[in-house]
Amino acid sequence: MKLTGFLLLVAGWVIVVAALLVLPSAVLRAAFVLAGIGVQLLGLFFAVRAHRVLDVEKD
Amino acid sequence: MALPSLSQSSATLSFILILLVPLAAAGLALVNCGLGRSRSAAHMMMASLCVFGVTAVVYVAIGFSWQGAAGRPAHILMIAGKPWNWIAAEPFFLRGLPLVLSAPESLIVLLQILSVGLAAMIPLSAGSDRWRLGAACASSALLAGLTYPLFAHWVWAGGWLQQLGANCGLGRGFVDGSGASTIQTVGGLSALSIAWILGPRRGKFSREGIPAAIPGHNAVLALMGCLVAWVGWLALNSAGAILFAGVDASRVVLIALNTTLSATASALTAAIVTRIRFGRPDASLTVNGWMAGLVASSAAAAFLKPAAAILVGMVAGFLVLSSIDLLESRLAIDDPGGAVSVHAVAGIWGLLAVSFLSNAGSTGQWLAQIAGISTLLGFVLPLTYGLNWLLNRFYPQRVDEEGERQGMDLYELGAGAYPEFVVHSDEFTQRY
Repeated sequence: MKLTGFLLLVAGWVIVVAALLVLPSAVLRAAFVLAGIGVQLLGLFFAVRAHRVLDVEKD
Repeated sequence: MALPSLSQSSATLSFILILLVPLAAAGLALVNCGLGRSRSAAHMMMASLCVFGVTAVVYVAIGFSWQGAAGRPAHILMIAGKPWNWIAAEPFFLRGLPLVLSAPESLIVLLQILSVGLAAMIPLSAGSDRWRLGAACASSALLAGLTYPLFAHWVWAGGWLQQLGANCGLGRGFVDGSGASTIQTVGGLSALSIAWILGPRRGKFSREGIPAAIPGHNAVLALMGCLVAWVGWLALNSAGAILFAGVDASRVVLIALNTTLSATASALTAAIVTRIRFGRPDASLTVNGWMAGLVASSAAAAFLKPAAAILVGMVAGFLVLSSIDLLESRLAIDDPGGAVSVHAVAGIWGLLAVSFLSNAGSTGQWLAQIAGISTLLGFVLPLTYGLNWLLNRFYPQRVDEEGERQGMDLYELGAGAYPEFVVHSDEFTQRY
């Protein structure tokens, strides 16, 4: 889950950068940038959750 | 992107301002120390000094080679017919750099050495009471040698984030006047990585995950730290805006005013909210509010109107309180000094405020700011976590159980910070 979280963080960033580089339309750019941020928030959720689980296991 | 052209008076003013920036680090060290436990107080101050030293040496040795400055040699990728500047190509040890007052790049290097030290001191707060001194220094070396220079090149040295304006028509490109992203958010995300890797202090959370209150040992130190940091931040925001954002030196009055308004509004918000919630204003959360206001002002102090600076501060105050509560109560992240909330959350809010509340850019500025924030989350956080995770595999970063029981002062330094005052009986176990 931790690795998934970090991979989603990177994937979201790639979506944001690719949208800015490739898409000419402002609306499409904005939509894909927001989608990329959404993917990153999901990744952050997984990363946080993974560390909570790990800390409980340590105890 | 080119280096800012400075008149003699602007260069002199910038130099004087840079000389005051160490007060920001001194203030941060006092805040970190005051919000930590008494048995690790000397260790915190010692770690602050050592980390500052390590980052200065590593940054001069290799960090500046990757970061460079606008208009200086760099590696450029051509994508879709447009040049994208991704890393500097400077020699190691500042060779070939004119280190004189009349050269803007020399002032930039000087400010950067202080900035990277400040960024590296932020995670110390998150690792308080359990982060080994050697590990903190090694982690800081990674920050100063790799993470910070790479990201700072993209933001301040004509890198691709700064080029978003020219290449993609997104306002002025990613705008960060004085380090809300490069110093504060990078430091805050490093703090998050360290808090995750070290895990919580013993006794912080019950088996059910309910957090125990471990209050800071000296509110006076922490509050004093706020006042000292304030002076440092006035200088940091002013010098950064002149040297990195190319703002005219005559705007230092506006920058100082906005920095002060943001900090005071944020601290007052924190004091009032804690007064309403707990019946009394909470000193440590007000300290966090003050620092969050300073952090949030770093991105846009040069571009805000005073009323907007107050709004930025008020939102920062609310955000930092909510974030501290969320991290501790819901997410079980043990961050004794609130470094993640103060530096990462308030820093990101400051970056967003540039697009919504300032006159920094026009159409598409918000997209450029989002791209910068996305880079922090998608590049800086995984990189800093990965580097610290690797370091932890070879050189365990957390002190052992005995060290945590004795306190970092006795265990790593051999003497307590307050040898003549017995604060807790279990803190003065002799070390043999």
